Amino acid sequence: MNIIILVKLVPDLVEELAIDSSGIALDTTWMRMIINEFDDHAIEQGILLKERNGGVVTVVAPDLEGVDDVLFTAAAKGADKLIKIKGDFIGANNHALARAFSAIVKELQPDLVLTGVQANNDLDGSLGPLLAGCLEMPYVGYISGVSLGDGKSRTRKEYPGGLIAEMDVSLPAVLGIQAAEQPPRYVAVSKVRQMMKTSTIEEQAATGLDMAGGPSIGRMFQPETAQHATMITGSPEEVATKLVAIFKELGVL
Amino acid sequence: MTANGAVEHSFYDQVLEATPEGERLRLCLQCGDCSGICPFGYLMVHPPSRMIAHLRADRFDKVLDNDTVWMCVSCYACTAVCPAQIPLTPGLMARTKEELILAGNVPAELQSALENSQRYGNPLGESPRKRADWVTGIVPEVKVLGKVRKEVDVLWFVGDYSSYHPRVQQVTKALARILNALGVDFGILGPEESSDGDSQRLAGERGLFEMLAEKNGLAFGKYEFNEIITTDPHAYNAIKNEYPGLDISYPVRHYTEYLADRIDQLKPLLKKEVKAKVAYHDPCYLGRANGIYEQPRLILQAIPGVELVEMAHNFKNSLCCGGGGGGMWLDGFQWEKAHVRLSEWRVNESLAAGAEILAVACPYETPRFEDAAKTVPGAAQILVRDIAELLDQAMGN
Repeated sequence: MNIIILVKLVPDLVEELAIDSSGIALDTTWMRMIINEFDDHAIEQGILLKERNGGVVTVVAPDLEGVDDVLFTAAAKGADKLIKIKGDFIGANNHALARAFSAIVKELQPDLVLTGVQANNDLDGSLGPLLAGCLEMPYVGYISGVSLGDGKSRTRKEYPGGLIAEMDVSLPAVLGIQAAEQPPRYVAVSKVRQMMKTSTIEEQAATGLDMAGGPSIGRMFQPETAQHATMITGSPEEVATKLVAIFKELGVL
Repeated sequence: MTANGAVEHSFYDQVLEATPEGERLRLCLQCGDCSGICPFGYLMVHPPSRMIAHLRADRFDKVLDNDTVWMCVSCYACTAVCPAQIPLTPGLMARTKEELILAGNVPAELQSALENSQRYGNPLGESPRKRADWVTGIVPEVKVLGKVRKEVDVLWFVGDYSSYHPRVQQVTKALARILNALGVDFGILGPEESSDGDSQRLAGERGLFEMLAEKNGLAFGKYEFNEIITTDPHAYNAIKNEYPGLDISYPVRHYTEYLADRIDQLKPLLKKEVKAKVAYHDPCYLGRANGIYEQPRLILQAIPGVELVEMAHNFKNSLCCGGGGGGMWLDGFQWEKAHVRLSEWRVNESLAAGAEILAVACPYETPRFEDAAKTVPGAAQILVRDIAELLDQAMGN
């Protein structure tokens, strides 16, 4: 079983986001990139499948700040092959990313492609369906469980309201992972450091980044205060006092 | 010997080799004092003495099959009581946790603290850029060395909770005011400071500890200063006892030591009375681990109006607040196993001693004991104050 996991790096929300002077993009001065949380689950699911069924797990990620750490951590968890796609990915949309990924993924002849179901910077739809379109493979998203059979995958797909459907998908296919069957595992720093010494990251050039199909951004802005909300300001004690007064006025206290 | 036995012997050897005085493990007489004094020993399937018995009997896999070693809060009670002077806390207990971590067996809440420490340099998952945000409003301004690029007398290693935790920031600000009042020429590393890593080490993440220590070592090396002082006893322990092993050697004092040495200069500043019965809680990493018992009491007694009372467990026999060795990040796990909190036990003791103020000297303790005081019946009136806050109050702030 040849499993490919595609990883996006997204802005780390531990730093406050700022808009740059163009007014249509994020200011990257202080921005740190972090692995998309759902992609971390995709890695865990891929490793779990390998542990259960055998096979080779390849993790592919675009060359952005912190990508080496992400890839070596994946290797410490059990990934066999690491690929970094070279190119100017800052500001690249999912259409461009899907095209860049698909060129590389095709060459790898996968049985199964896993990626996170969504990311915090998906401005033009999520990556999985776009990628499946490029690869001409079936796609199922919101997956929280995968088992592999003969030429097919049985997937557990989550629906709103707590419903879960089990469906068979013929392989090769792209799956958008909502949650791995267990939380992403911890790997000790010493293991990651060892991987930095012993494993290698293969570099492949992106075949041009084509953003066509994505939206053009007119204005990017922080959420603006609407008129209908009352913002209560002050120290915690002052805020609490005002809240109590409001609750009393509304008759709930 | 079985293949399994070979693994266990290598573990035995690792414990012996990786710890200073580690070979004393051979001297265990199976008296069981360690297991008896351990505040959570009664909940451990394999308390320390039984772990050693399993190790000797080539059955250490039994210990590794069980997760109750995460009840260990690295409080040094076992190490301090051991008649054979075996360094149980930094050796056997930390190495056993390390084995569990290497096998991927980490409680979820601990995992996120370790991941945060790795990524952000602090277990709280806060932005490293905000590490010095607490300095706002302190006059004269606190020097962040990366900005002022000037030699200072004292490098103040502020620490994680002191930098970020809203409650502990009040203590940090109090200490900044005290240092200013004493005219100390001090600076902080701010965004260049990383977690001291000591609690991560004692939670079994040795590699993470080394990574954090190396980062701090690089930051120390960039600036000129004469000594380091710390707010956090865990940072003090790391810099004093562990960093030198990684070729990072600087003179270091805990702030209570530093202030006790300047007691004559401090006393005239303490003009306002703090009229209260005060019980002092010996933090594990100031007391048992490093033998500092008198200096905190000395400066407390210098505050006019303070009447020092002692709790049942004190000095070498002090009780842990429950935060050490990863305990800060295992509250849920430990509650599930124990349904008691060590911090509540301690607050009860302060009540029994008739204390009105429970005085502390470690950043883990103010929030832990304040939370406990909310749940212990009759403890609502107990005030939890860091020594720095009491000094600050006595200075009229």
